[in-house]
Amino acid sequence: MNLQVDDKGRLRHFLSIDGLDRDILTDILDTAESFAGVTEQSIKKVPLLRGKTIVNLFFEPSTRTRTTFELAAKRLSADVLNININTSSASKGETLLDTLRNLEAMHSDMFVVRHADSGAANFIASHALPHVSVINAGDGWHSHPTQAMLDMFTIRRHKKEFKNLKVVIVGDILHSRVARSQILALNTLGTSEVRIVAPRTLIPAKIESLGVHVHHDLESGIRDADVIIMLRLQNERMKSALLPSEHEYFHLYGLTEEKLSAARPDAIVMHPGPINRGIEMDSQVADGSRSVILQQVSYGIAVRMAVMSMAMRSQQGSGGQE
Amino acid sequence: MHIRIRNGRVIDPANAVDAQLDVFVADGKIVAVGKEMNGFQADEEINADGHWVIPGLVDLAARMREPGLEHKATIASETRAAAASGITTLCCPPDTLPIIDTPAVAELIQKRAEQAGFANLHPIAALTKGLQGENLSEMASLKNAGCVAVYNTIPLANTQIQRLAMEYAATHNLIVFISPVDPWLSNNGCVHEGRVSTRLGLPGIPTAAETAAVARDLALVEQVGVHTHFTRISTARAARMIARAQYDGLPVTADVCAHQFHLTEMDICEYDSNCHVIPPFRTQRDLEGLREAISQNVIQAICSDHQPHEPDAKLAPFGSTLPGISALETLLPLSLRLIDEENLPVSETIRRITSGPANILNTGAGTLGTGRQADICIMDPEKIWQLSSADMVSHGHNTPFANWEFKGKAVVTLFKGRVVYRHNQNTLNG
Repeated sequence: MNLQVDDKGRLRHFLSIDGLDRDILTDILDTAESFAGVTEQSIKKVPLLRGKTIVNLFFEPSTRTRTTFELAAKRLSADVLNININTSSASKGETLLDTLRNLEAMHSDMFVVRHADSGAANFIASHALPHVSVINAGDGWHSHPTQAMLDMFTIRRHKKEFKNLKVVIVGDILHSRVARSQILALNTLGTSEVRIVAPRTLIPAKIESLGVHVHHDLESGIRDADVIIMLRLQNERMKSALLPSEHEYFHLYGLTEEKLSAARPDAIVMHPGPINRGIEMDSQVADGSRSVILQQVSYGIAVRMAVMSMAMRSQQGSGGQE
Repeated sequence: MHIRIRNGRVIDPANAVDAQLDVFVADGKIVAVGKEMNGFQADEEINADGHWVIPGLVDLAARMREPGLEHKATIASETRAAAASGITTLCCPPDTLPIIDTPAVAELIQKRAEQAGFANLHPIAALTKGLQGENLSEMASLKNAGCVAVYNTIPLANTQIQRLAMEYAATHNLIVFISPVDPWLSNNGCVHEGRVSTRLGLPGIPTAAETAAVARDLALVEQVGVHTHFTRISTARAARMIARAQYDGLPVTADVCAHQFHLTEMDICEYDSNCHVIPPFRTQRDLEGLREAISQNVIQAICSDHQPHEPDAKLAPFGSTLPGISALETLLPLSLRLIDEENLPVSETIRRITSGPANILNTGAGTLGTGRQADICIMDPEKIWQLSSADMVSHGHNTPFANWEFKGKAVVTLFKGRVVYRHNQNTLNG
């Protein structure tokens, strides 16, 4: 049973790339493409979700992701409610399920959820009322599917097809929900080779089972790559014996123009943001001609519009109004 | 009260009995096992034709939740569930509230069980005060108060304290229970470190968290020479290390919980919180290794690791749920599966849940020998039934085995010579 699709195979919740097929992912990218036009117009609104209430339910602080979800919802003409619950107050009493029931009682149509627990979005989706859709905006180390899809959108815009691409993901794979979702999406879309580059302390067990080639050396990992995705490194990793220092990390895994020369000349450089300049990459690369980092952010709105409108379409269909 | 259990297949591994016989019970004790007993006047006869008559089951690890967590379950509720599952002797780990580190708590627990009258309940004492791993508990007094073993449910990080605690336990001839886990390596994990932890983004507990602890503690056993019982091991590698230690003559025994050789990490699927257990479900290879260790008597006992919870404890994202399974009612049927699935002889299978664990405790339970307390399970080996979590006797309905079909069920349980459970009123009336 797949919670994410309805009986007609349409997207109902968007929780993870896991379990979605290439057709649905391609549908998301194509729909996002149609919205990308909207976001570039001077009047940036379409009335698709007029009268709908979307709740941004963030149990973890976020600026970028929450803002782009909010913009996406507003461009679809929905009403948006932002609720930030820091985990310390949540742990004082109200359970996640109680929070959910309270918000449902306010007749919300969609929850966009970010939570520090892996599986939180799945949990909410499996307990939500039948007319409510859930979009995962990041859960623990598990999944961040809209980020992965905006990355796929960025790659497709620049590289057209996935099938002949070598894509490299560099950095803290272990703690990264973004990397897990990217790996699944890249493989589902038929990327010819997905590599990861990191020291062994930042690579989760049996990662090969997700379909990646593991490199510990940036130079070999980057060779002939078409797409290089740098992950954000949290500075608490230095405190927990996973890495010796930022200095050594940058020396070994930081992206510089010089190291980038091993990649294909038309390679693009991506980063989910926010960047730690001088740790994951130097400013020359971040601001250089091959960086598409800012485009990722603006594509994020179109992709989130796509996912929200598709999930809502499934709801309306099941309501028997077809 | 005189009871004659007629014509069942009496399986008593401790006395090498496996035959169609009658069991004669008088005044709470077994007075004879045989075809006839001269002058025996039965007040009640139980016709056990087509049934197995086995010793009441002995469970080395079952949380009653009392004292301290009565919103989950009570000694009365859980010993009643034990009786309904053929279990007549239980050991409860010391992590109650307050902790079992004073004779008063140990006595309270036994008293409550006596009042309930469904099963023997043996407290296991904390190895260190408050389980804090700093000062020794009053082991001699705790033993006098009825504690059958000492156990730190929170693993001891300090090796010197572990060693000294073992020496002190040995002084008082107490068995040391250890659930082997290296606290640093387990690092707040909630699932096995492997494919599933990686796919679901959950912090993993590596195999080495268990094997490193077993290696350390085996070294201490060799040094100290105290009977050490590894409880609830989860990896094939740990089982092999324990086998090797037994071969070398170390006084080491082991148990495994029944769910651990039926489920693997894969059963977690999409965050099924009923599969949240510590130690975690491991791999298929571990499951097979544990079964092999049971067959070869490296693991002498199968326990339930019963941990009943209220529904809310499992209603959260996986990592925020509480670990544990309400497992009394599946101990017997899950163990019986080894007969068909592993060709384990019937008497050996029964041994692992009766005299095997009883011998570890040295309590004299787990047999049908003449003169023993009449704790008896009469079971229907052919009964096909389905577990419904809503119909569970335990207050905890948290089980990953809901809707599983089982073969074999306890239908009558005797405790101290009294019928404390009867599957339904018409069952086996003489």
